[in-house]
Amino acid sequence: MEKMVNVYLFGKRYQVPESLTIMKAMEYAGYQLVRGCGCRNGFCGACATIYRIHGQQELKTCLACQTKVEEGMYVATLPFFPLVKQVYDIEKIKPTQQIMMQLYPEIYSCIGCNACTKSCTQELNVMQYIAYAQRGEYEKCAEESFDCVMCGVCSSRCPAGISHPQVAVLARRLTGKYLAPQSQHLIDRVNEIDAGSCEAAIEAIMQKPLDEIKELYNHRDIEK
Amino acid sequence: MYQYTDEQLESMKKVEASRQERFGKTLARMSAEEKEQVLASFHPDYIDSAYEELKVGPNKGGKVLHELADLLQGRSRVLDMEIDLSNPDYDVDVLVIGGGGAGSSAAIEAHERGANVMIVTKLRLGDANTAMAEGGIQAADKPNDSPAQHYLDAFGGGHFKNKPELLYKLVTKAPEAILWLNKLGVMFDKEEDGTMVTTHGGGTSRKRMHACRDYSGSEIMRTLRDEVFNRKITVVDFTSAIELIKDTEGKAAGAVLMNMETKEILVARAKTVVIATGGAGRLHYQGFPTSNHYGATADGLVLGYRAGAKLLYPETLQYHPTGAAEPTQIYGALVTEKVRSLGAQLVNKDGEAFMNPLETRDVTASSIIRECKERGNGIKTTDGEGVWLDTPLIEMIGGEGTIEKRIPAMLRMFGKYGIDIRKEPILVYPTLHYQNGGLDIASDGMTSVENLYVAGEAVGGIHGTNRLMGNSLLDIIVFGRNAGQSAGEKYKTVEVKELTLSHVQSFQKELEDAGIASNMPSPRLLPDYRRKDN
Repeated sequence: MEKMVNVYLFGKRYQVPESLTIMKAMEYAGYQLVRGCGCRNGFCGACATIYRIHGQQELKTCLACQTKVEEGMYVATLPFFPLVKQVYDIEKIKPTQQIMMQLYPEIYSCIGCNACTKSCTQELNVMQYIAYAQRGEYEKCAEESFDCVMCGVCSSRCPAGISHPQVAVLARRLTGKYLAPQSQHLIDRVNEIDAGSCEAAIEAIMQKPLDEIKELYNHRDIEK
Repeated sequence: MYQYTDEQLESMKKVEASRQERFGKTLARMSAEEKEQVLASFHPDYIDSAYEELKVGPNKGGKVLHELADLLQGRSRVLDMEIDLSNPDYDVDVLVIGGGGAGSSAAIEAHERGANVMIVTKLRLGDANTAMAEGGIQAADKPNDSPAQHYLDAFGGGHFKNKPELLYKLVTKAPEAILWLNKLGVMFDKEEDGTMVTTHGGGTSRKRMHACRDYSGSEIMRTLRDEVFNRKITVVDFTSAIELIKDTEGKAAGAVLMNMETKEILVARAKTVVIATGGAGRLHYQGFPTSNHYGATADGLVLGYRAGAKLLYPETLQYHPTGAAEPTQIYGALVTEKVRSLGAQLVNKDGEAFMNPLETRDVTASSIIRECKERGNGIKTTDGEGVWLDTPLIEMIGGEGTIEKRIPAMLRMFGKYGIDIRKEPILVYPTLHYQNGGLDIASDGMTSVENLYVAGEAVGGIHGTNRLMGNSLLDIIVFGRNAGQSAGEKYKTVEVKELTLSHVQSFQKELEDAGIASNMPSPRLLPDYRRKDN
């Protein structure tokens, strides 16, 4: 018999096997999840969760699909958090410091408490990427925030009301579109295709009898 | 923290002992005959007892897995409802069902053409397999590569069953898809001079896998979602489509919607409809675990089928060779193929590399199953068995830091259980990953039902009977855009007649005539993981 632990889902006690994640513990207890459950693999940020272990002061945060239950765990899920998402035209904005000031001026109200970093479910240095955003250093902000799953926990802990994940998306899009170097070979290939110079080679394959295509496939050279 | 069993520890020592010897060695690829043999003997698609014949509908007489048959021939949720179609709650030009990469791409392109677009999604926008795709996206954009070479790789990988006109579109529109994403701000891995960092995937003959570290799909999805919001496209979330609506001329003309929380029923009228509902991993075919998203329950296939659209290759599924086999908390979770692209080998319990790790996915999965089931060379795990994926080789090949730089999500996923994949190999076993088949479309994205389009994993035929790594992220962009472009033009000439659900009643009559009296609500919408002995 597997060892059971006591968890308190929204304050109510359930006994669940200790090997379960918080998400699976909720299902074990009888919840049919609709909110607060997405990819179940730590990529989508749907299952942001706040918990406290009985007898401890610290309020902890995690993704419910990635975290095992513990004895005396008090759990509250945070399936939605009202982040502020500003609307902009990616074709018209430019990667200047002003754009951040214009769209997300609240980042300059950061008081440096570091609650965002402490709460990040991906262990990112959130306060640092906000600092980069303040200075218009978008490539650094993009780099530092790259693994963000936009669960919103950081924003829930922020006394300045910053929507960190949205700031990071903006910084990454500016970086991807304007700051990272262009890929000339990609542009060239698109132009070649548009000019019709790639069609003949494919059509030549398509018109062959199946046996010849198989022959071609089975003996194609493979780049080392 | 994960505790290895004694047997696992002993086997791991053998893997460590043989590592230096295996380093730098490449095992020969299998011949065409060897591949056919391992597939026929060990691939789950070849297990006859898992299949049954469909009794009604456009694929009557064809075979599908029991779990899908139950839904295709299940009971429509609208049969027991009074629904007033005369006063729709929404009236739009293009209705997109599904909020993943394909649906978002379709919505953006239709919006670009001036359409009034609405996305309806049963969870949140972006809750989709797209966000979970780690490895990358293919496109032949390097000088030593060509769309023709890409075509050949995908055609052979798909066992020459791919629909040629769809595959042609996939490979010729691939570079443009990458450029489109890049212009939206997706951060691809690049060299300092802008050259895309590209690697091999299983079955590729050129290095054409583009990536955004191992958050490729996540980076693409969050960018597309941001763009959908910037365009102020209507997104109705936590709302599922439970049936398509047609007009009296038999054309697709909207959908019956259900709020997932309040169960409120709503009616959407639309001039064109795009199904972009994704895959079916959460049906757990043949009891396999899955790497798929919570909502992957084949809803679009069911809706389309009842409306008269044909399925192509619904019997073929992709079992990703490397699902996590331990620890049990992440059983079935995807271990990206990129791990093998970067040099990790597949190793049995005696520390022997038993195959070239870059065969196509179906061959690799079958070969792992053979190693365990026939040869008895697997390692026992909590939920079954598995083989080693020798990740420390990656650091030996690419240098220290390669894992953190190139596959940070993997490092994190195992790190949470105290497993450092830079130093220890990991245990893997095939996991249900992808629906190769789906609704049959023409190259403009339309099914045989007028004004009904499909994009993404819900489409069948693009990948034949086996998809290559990196062609799915590509397909959702290429065919998502394609469907949005087509629907975004077509609606301009559409005049919707009176709405009707008569096709649902006719289908039910067919079921009854065939002696099928199912009570299973269909579509499934979500899996049920509640403890059964409650």
